This record gives sequence, C-alpha cells and structure tokens, in this order.
Amino acid sequence: MQVTDKLVEDLANLSRLSFNEQEKEEIKKDLQKMISFVNKLNEVNTDGVEPLLHMTDAVNVYREDIVQGSMRKEEALLNAPAADGNYFKVPKVIKK
Amino acid sequence: MPIPYEKYEAVIGLEVHAQLLTKSKLFSGDSAAFGADANTNISPIVLAYPGALPMLNKRAVEYAVKMGLACGCSIEHTNYFARKNYFYPDLPKGYQISQHTTPVCKNGFVKIRTANGERDILLNRIHLEEDAGKSLHEVDDRNTSLDYNRAGVPLIEIVSEPDMHTAEEAFAFVTELRKLVRYLGICDGNMEEGSMRCDANVSIRIKGEKELGTKVEVKNLNSIRNVKKAIEFEISRMIELVESGGKVIQQTRSFDASNDTTFSMRTKEEANDYRYFTDPDLPPFIITEELLHAIRAAMPPLPEELVRKYRDLLHLPEYDARVICDDAATIRYFELLIQTTTHAKAAANWLLGPVKSFLNDKGESMDEFTLDASSLATLIELVESGKVNFSIASSRIFPVMVEKGTADALEVATELNLLQNSDAGDIAQWVDEVLLGMPEKVAEYKKGKKGLIGLFMGEVKKLSKGKADPKIATQLLTEKLEQR
Amino acid sequence: MSGSTTCVEAAHYYLSAIRAKLRLNAFVDIYEEELLERAAALDKKRSSGAPIGKLHGVITGIKDVICYKGHKVTAASRILHKFTATYNATAVQKLLDEEALIIGSLNCDEFAMGSSNENSFYGNVLNALDEGRVPGGSSGGSAVAVQAGLCMVSLGSDTGGSVRQPADFCGIVGLKPTYGRISRYGLIAYASSFDQIGIFANNVPDVAAVLQVISGNDDFDSTASAISPDEYTFDTPSTGTYKIAYFKEALEHPSLDQEIAGTIKSFINNLPTQHFKVRAISFDLLDYIVPAYYVLTTAEASSNLSRFDGVRYGYRTNDDMADLTEFYKDTRSAGFGKEVKRRIMLGNFVLSSGYFDAYFTQAQKVRKQLSDKTALIFNDFDAILLPTVPSTAFKIGEKKDDPIAMYLADIYTVFANLTGIPAISIPLFRHSNGMPFGLQIMTYRFSELSLLSLSHQLMNVSRQDLHQSTNP
Repeated sequence: MQVTDKLVEDLANLSRLSFNEQEKEEIKKDLQKMISFVNKLNEVNTDGVEPLLHMTDAVNVYREDIVQGSMRKEEALLNAPAADGNYFKVPKVIKK
Repeated sequence: MPIPYEKYEAVIGLEVHAQLLTKSKLFSGDSAAFGADANTNISPIVLAYPGALPMLNKRAVEYAVKMGLACGCSIEHTNYFARKNYFYPDLPKGYQISQHTTPVCKNGFVKIRTANGERDILLNRIHLEEDAGKSLHEVDDRNTSLDYNRAGVPLIEIVSEPDMHTAEEAFAFVTELRKLVRYLGICDGNMEEGSMRCDANVSIRIKGEKELGTKVEVKNLNSIRNVKKAIEFEISRMIELVESGGKVIQQTRSFDASNDTTFSMRTKEEANDYRYFTDPDLPPFIITEELLHAIRAAMPPLPEELVRKYRDLLHLPEYDARVICDDAATIRYFELLIQTTTHAKAAANWLLGPVKSFLNDKGESMDEFTLDASSLATLIELVESGKVNFSIASSRIFPVMVEKGTADALEVATELNLLQNSDAGDIAQWVDEVLLGMPEKVAEYKKGKKGLIGLFMGEVKKLSKGKADPKIATQLLTEKLEQR
Repeated sequence: MSGSTTCVEAAHYYLSAIRAKLRLNAFVDIYEEELLERAAALDKKRSSGAPIGKLHGVITGIKDVICYKGHKVTAASRILHKFTATYNATAVQKLLDEEALIIGSLNCDEFAMGSSNENSFYGNVLNALDEGRVPGGSSGGSAVAVQAGLCMVSLGSDTGGSVRQPADFCGIVGLKPTYGRISRYGLIAYASSFDQIGIFANNVPDVAAVLQVISGNDDFDSTASAISPDEYTFDTPSTGTYKIAYFKEALEHPSLDQEIAGTIKSFINNLPTQHFKVRAISFDLLDYIVPAYYVLTTAEASSNLSRFDGVRYGYRTNDDMADLTEFYKDTRSAGFGKEVKRRIMLGNFVLSSGYFDAYFTQAQKVRKQLSDKTALIFNDFDAILLPTVPSTAFKIGEKKDDPIAMYLADIYTVFANLTGIPAISIPLFRHSNGMPFGLQIMTYRFSELSLLSLSHQLMNVSRQDLHQSTNP
C-alpha cells in the first residue's frame, strides 16, 4: 500500500506528534518501508485461527475492594510541570 | 400553518453512566468516595505513572453483574477489557479502560410505567469502565485545573436500545434505573453530584417509517427533569427544522438548564478513531456459574417481584404495593414489619400514613427513621386487638415510641393510661353520667331522633378519654336509652 | 557473589571502576553516597551476627526503565528526564529486601526501543571490548556495566531481545525469563504483552540467584504468575539426557554471519551424544516473526506511551500554543526521539480503523500459531538452540539510518517474546573479528530451572572444549 501525506498527517494527529516538512518526508519514507515490511504477514494463512490476546493462562486476577496505597498530594505535585498547591495545571485553550 | 408534530415519531436511546459504590477504584486501591479534597485519592496507578499497572476490583465486577441480573440481561462468560485511546487532560493514561467487544451484560430490559401503561424498554448492554478526572475551568484565569480524584472510579454504562419514543418514557426509564441502582445499593443515583449521568440519542422519523433518522447526541443531562426537558426541546427543534425545510445533521449538543434548550457543541463529528484493542495488562475475567449463583443468592428480591408479592399474596392494593416498593428503605422496613405482624394491610397503612407524614414533617427519609420495625409492630398489634384505637395510637403512643426508638406499645399505652377499657361496669358508669347530664337530648332521642346516639358516644369517649371500648359503649348506650 | 570482602570495600571497588570507565557511558546515575551508607549498614548488620539476605552486598545496576523510589527514572528520554520515581518496582523492592546494593541506573535506548543503544537521550554506550562498536540494545548500559566490571549483576528489560542481544555483543550471560515470571510493576512499559525484566551476569549461577529473588507473584501486576520461583542449585551436574532441537531455517538464514553459523553448527554437532540428543527441525514461520513482533509491539507501545503528555509529570513545551492538540504535539514531538516516534506512528497505523484487522489482528493470529507450534515442539524437546544475533556487535552508526536492517537483527530473539518462553544467551564463542558471540537457549514456559542448568552445563562443556582446542 502507498503511504500518502494524508495518512502521515492522520497518524501524526492520532499520535499527537508533529513533523516539519523534512521530518515528514523522512517519516513517510520510513513508514512506507516499515509497512511494506510488515505486509509480509499477509502471506500467512490464518484461517480459523483465534487471535492470541493474553500471554498468561491466568484468569480472574482480582483485588479485594480495600482502600489503600494512595500517595500524598504534595509528592504527586512535585513531579508536575505546572501546579498550584492543589491542582495540576494545563494552559487554557486560547482559541477553539 | 400549525406544525404537525403528531406526524412524527421520536426515537430515543439513552446511555446512563452510574458510578459504583465500591470503596476503592476500579483498578487501584484509592478511595472512590465523592467529595474528598482535590487530588488526595491518587496514586501512581491513578496518575498513570511510568511502570504502574491496573489490578481489577472484584466488587465492581459483582456490582455490574448484579445490575445485569436485575435487568434480565444475559451475562457474558468470558470478559476482556479494552483500551479506548484518546488524549484529554482528565484521562491520565491516554486511554480509558473499558469493555469494547465483551460487555459483561447483554440485552435485558427495564420496566417503565407512563400514562400509556407499562412497557419494557430494551437494553443493548451494560459494561464496566473507569471514570475520568475532572477539569475545572474556574479555579484560575490562565489555566485549566485538574483533579484526579474521580479518575479510575468504577462506572457501569447502561446503554438502552433506541426503544423510547417520548420524553416521558425517557424520564420514566431514568427514574426506574435510579430506583434500581439505589435499591441494589450499587450507586447512590445522585445526578446532581454526577454519580449518575445521562446522555440521550434522539432522532425523529415520520410515523410508520422503519429507517432511523439522523441522530443527535445530547449531553450534560444532570437531573431527571433535564433529561425530559432536553428531549422535549430536541424533538420539537428537529420537527420544526424538518418542517421548515431543514435537515437534521449529526452532532453533539449540550443542555442549558437555565432556559431548557440545547445548543451545539460539536457540529462536525470529529474523526474519532479510538483504536480499541484488548488491554494486555488485564487477564480475562470469567463469570462462573458459581459466582453468578453467589451474586444471585445475595440479591434481595427485586421491587417488581415485591409489588406482585404484596398485591397477590398480601392483598394490598396495587397502589400501596407500588408506593412501598418505590424505595429500598421502605421495602426493607415493610419486610421487617410483616415478619412480626400478620396484619399486612394495617402495616402498609401505618407506613404510608403516620410514618410517612412524621418523616415528611421532619424532612427526613425512610433511612433516617429511628423507631425499629418490631416496636412499630407491637403498636399495630395493639390497635388490631382493639386495645387502643388508631387515632389515639397514632397521635399519642406513636410519637412517644419514636422518641424512644425501641419500645413496647402495650407498656407505653399502659404508662400513658391510654388502654381501652372493656369493663362493662366502668363503661356503664360513664354512660349513665353522660345520659344524666343531657336530659333534653335523651328526650329527643326517645321521640325518635335516633341519630343522637353519635353525640352520646362522643361524650362517652370524651369522658373516658378515649378508653371506653366503643363496641361495649354503643351496646350499653342503646340498652340504657331503651330503658328510660 | 560477594566474596570475602566487606560491602563497603566492594562498593568502593565498583565506584572506582565506574569512575575509570566513565567514557563507556554505561551509567545514567550513580548513587554513590547512598550506596556507601547502605553498604556500611549491611556490614554492621552482618558483623552483629544477624542473618543476612540472599543477595547480601551484591552490587547491582538497574536499567533506567525500572523505578527505584526517590531516584530519577527516565527511560533515557527527554520526556522523562526530570522524573523521580515515587515507588519501588516490585523487582527493586525484592532486591532491597534481600540486601542487594543498587549502585546506579543504567543507560539504554529510549523507552527500550533499539538494538544498539544509539537512541538514548544520554548518548551512545560503548562496547568495552571495542569502543568503536555498539554494545547492543536496548539494555546496552546494563550489559556493558557487567562486561566492564562496573557492577556484579544488572537488571535490563527484554521486549524483543533487549537483554540477550547486548549480552551476546558483550560476551556475558543474559536471561529473559518466562513472560509473567517477574512482576512488571515499576518497569516502564514498552509493549505490555512482551516486556520482561531480564538479568545480566558473568555466569549462570549469579543469574539464577537474582532470578530466584525477584521472581514471583505480585499484587500489583495481574500478569505476574502465581507459580512460585524455583530453587536453583548447580552443585551436582545433571546426568540425564537433553532432547534438543534447532531450526534448520535459522542456521541457513541468509542474514546469518557464515562464521557464526559454522561455529554454532559445529558446536551442536560436537555435543557429547550421551547427554545431548540434537535434531534439526523445520520452522517455516521464521520470516514472519519479526513483522509480527513489530506490528504488535508498536501497537502496544503507541498506547503505552500516550501517558507521556506533559500534563501530570515529565517534560512540557511551554511555547504559546493554539489549542490542546498543539500542546500535546509540541510536548511529545520535543520529548520523544526519532525511533520512538517512528514506532508510535507505526503502532497507530496498525491499530487504526481500516487497517486493524489486516495488521493487528493478523499479527495476533500469527502469534497464536507461533505459540501453538512452540507448545508442540516442547512436547518432543527439552530445549531449542538458536544463534542469539545474526552478526557480532556492529560499528556505531553502521545501521542507524536503516530501521528495517536494525529490526531484522532481532530475528532470533523476538521468537521468545512472541511466545512468552524463557530464553538465555550464553557467551560461548569468539569471532575471528575479535568480538564475542553467544548461543541462545530456550525452554518451555516456566522451565527456567531446566534452562539454567542446561546453560550452566553447556558453558562447562564449552570451557573443556576450548581447553582441548587450545592444546593441539
């Protein structure tokens, strides 16, 4: 399949990544190579095969409904790029 | 020209999110309680710190299954969680853990009653997912403030089929759902605090058509009243739009409670591609027969079953049965009452009469009623055995007993000297005293004004302070009047 | 492991070794002061006669993707370069409980994505045997730290070979345990259904000692197995016979260095037949395993790395931005390196509507086939032998601009991650170019006991071999 500029833009949007013109050409070329590479999978006949969803045989791994393990607010806010004493902050959206 | 509203039929589907009343969150041990100080119920798991992993809360699964059973859903045997991928500041992981392909409950229905009678509204699914945090825009001018206390609180999403046709039906549906979650004790149903939230999908079509029209999603319906108002507005808006030659476009609208209208939030449906895939961090959970059995066994009988029981076995009027079954606390209390007294009808009267008006006066709910059921049962027994009359019991004995919390009616009545007297000697004395004091009235009676017996009876009651057994008193009065 | 010196002496010894080899760039962070304090406390405790932990005084390095409370953990990424862990990874907690001494965090490829350690925010790690060559990746720092004697053992992480491949390039032992053997809690996720913490050491018993301590059930990882850890002993050599398979296609693969192929073939053929019954078997899916691996790991990674958004922690671009989408894009574009971005883009491609079934679901089905086939093989065999890597350590910069060439170098290692089985690389060989290379051994899920005793035995066989061949 052909990797188009539109596909690159859509994926960049889903990925929340931006690329300048030069980077865009590069990533387009890389994606083209990578997608061609993984296209090889279509050669495998997988009729009637169930997809493998989990790597362990475990089921019903539950936690009891007990309150424990919270951290202090101060400790959490210490790692925040922007915060006041109570809240994490993100800049307000200026225009829609 | 008037707009022919009746030409159209609305089609309504509802998505109701209900926060589960678990102690801890869906995938971490942080408290799930509402109202804590901002960012205090948080952990590396809630904040999606690098390396943190989810661990499933068993009780949340049980609650979801409970709701499914109550709605007659089929319960999925093997369940997976999926990641719904999107970016938003209130979503710490950049994905919401939800159930995409295997909702834990499928199909089922909720019974509603409207002016048009009773009807089952079909459900599509009930699934488990985690709540997001809260974005607050008013804390400061330049920033949006984030509080992650709510992030990870367990939710069930109850999705109806597009099976309702009027705002009244939607209103009844949400009312019934709220009753049900409260009765099951899995959600407090508080729409104002957001522990129950509702989105409506509304479309219209010409009556008789099969195809669904273009749907509009209405969000932010934070009360049952608003569900009704928003849908009413939306149906009229669409009909008026189409009738004036316009076309309904697919969009998301928000309800403005200040004027009961809706406004467009997003016109162009954003190309949302959530890239769902099975969450590799969470092994499947299996609802075994054993677990189903245990959940079923622990479930109280459903209100609908109780209405039938009260009506058919206890011979209560349907209305009384429904009023009792309206809320869990009243059901619980009534169930206790009928364990200790066989006078079911009297028990219902007491509950819906003196108890309800006492609570209304105090502005309290049934949960807060302090007189225990077995005590009230002694009072019911006392009245039914004729030892006190109902009005004395409700006006004099009942308040004292409520005050005490636990009390024996007979003791209280004795203490207050309110027991009815059936000693013929005593009653005869009261009768004589009354008749002696009213010679003119007696004469009138003798002339044929038999209706005066009521007046004499009243006087006897007054004189005896209500204690004279009315049957014996009437008999003695009649006898003594004939003798004169 | 700790010998007869004191913990403080050992700590000083390794600290000075690190100082002497700073140019290798193996460490991101060195916990000097804290190390010396803990070492002194351990010495005091031991001399008081108190019972000592299973890893008492073992100087251990941890890859910069494993959380150690109060210490920076950055995944060698700009987006996390100021982040401090607020909790211990379960593996780290278990190390500390058994009195291991953690000396520092180790350089790696950003978010464990890479095979050469050329994708780190902190720069390349150099192979101590030839500083012009890469140490392998992504756990390059962890491998070099053991290779160059900068710590006794180290932890890495292995999603597609990130422990075994650098072990091979550096001439040491590297184990990737069974999926679920070691809790992933506190391991920064690359691909959740592939990731396992792995162990580097100079010999198999050291690997076993660490594995025994850090494996087991965990209340914080639903995928950590409830199967209890084995007791490993190497005192009595096993006398049984191992049934061993190797893949014909693997040793004949065009990408495999001829000398490596020849050496491994002759090693296999010369295994003493009374203890080893070896058979070549066919494995027709070999060419599909790398594509399946890249589809599934990039998909999981694209989702796992969404949490790095500059909101609650980590790097944030503070430019004026038009809207929320720009805010995310600016932060993530500046925060992530090139390879990480490539993989996020590919991952979102294979998950996006229209492509999901053809790529993601198809890869999950191929994974199922691989898994079933593997189970069948282990019905008949105790172990599978493979090369670890098709070549020896390559020159720095040699493959940097060709992602596919880089990915293809994972051909022998990703198999174990796709199927969840344990695999080890043991340093048996030396190439005529002077670089070491290893042999990869795999056993069935949760058969680490058999894997490690076989590996130990093969290392001994090889030593005798070498001894004979150098005495003509």
